[in-house]
Amino acid sequence: MKAAIIVFPGTNRERDMRIALKRATGREPLMLFHREPLPAGLDLVVLAGGFSYGDYLRCGAMAAQSPIMREVKEFAARGGHILGVCNGFQILIEAGLLPGGLLRNASLRFLSMDCILRVERAGTAFTSRWQKGATFRAPMAHGDGNYFADEATLDRLEGEGLVAFRYVNEAGEATEAANRNGSARNIAGIFSPNLRICGLMPHPEDLVDELMGGTDGLPMFESLAESLVSA
Amino acid sequence: MKARVYVMPKAGVLDPQGKAIGHALEGLGFTGVKEVRAGKVIELDLAETDPAKAKAAAEDMARRLLANTVIESFRVEIA
Repeated sequence: MKAAIIVFPGTNRERDMRIALKRATGREPLMLFHREPLPAGLDLVVLAGGFSYGDYLRCGAMAAQSPIMREVKEFAARGGHILGVCNGFQILIEAGLLPGGLLRNASLRFLSMDCILRVERAGTAFTSRWQKGATFRAPMAHGDGNYFADEATLDRLEGEGLVAFRYVNEAGEATEAANRNGSARNIAGIFSPNLRICGLMPHPEDLVDELMGGTDGLPMFESLAESLVSA
Repeated sequence: MKARVYVMPKAGVLDPQGKAIGHALEGLGFTGVKEVRAGKVIELDLAETDPAKAKAAAEDMARRLLANTVIESFRVEIA
């Protein structure tokens, strides 16, 4: 799998993502500064977490307008796989590659803690190593992760099986208490209709080694490595 | 020509910031504040001299960048 991580000014989780991708694929991903062109032959583009452009205007709004995102949109139109985590999810939404919006956390607090995610759809390039309904721990660190979309969009996401992950409690139930940022219907992550773009707020890349405290997030990267085998 | 773009959270979209400001006002003893909504104002100094064209341009900027119309509404005033 040939993967590239895009680095904007203010991106700060790119090295964690690199560790996760390297661990799952055995290959170093490309680290692409936002002024560089997107090379041909990529299997996966990753937008990592952080505070691109200082979160000016709205989280992800500035990065979404940067020239490299035009190339990322073309990559998406060609059926390319894209993963966006945290600020990367915000950028995908601001770029119009995923629907909805991410509001300030309902508590107004920056949340830096672990959450538990439930896999709502298995069998995708991002989730093939999990069973549907499996739960796993993931660290989160965000101030604006409160997923919002109008009822029609939420119904469409659910109806078409495009909800990727939900915030749940220890028992795997999508309760209000487990939904720390106040997201609509406990949604933590979603897919594009072709299932090739996935955005989520929590950080699976931060739990891929026992030295990090666990390997709960590793299946996502193993899924990608297995699904996106390049020639 | 100056254009002012008012960006507000859409009606029906949770505005935790506005809620927090409301609580703080209550704490200061201001009673009777029923609801607070917090948005932002963006001022643009435009080279355009025709007010209709300036307004149309500012609205286009709002739609494409200044507001996220999924969660925010906007209104443009030409000064």
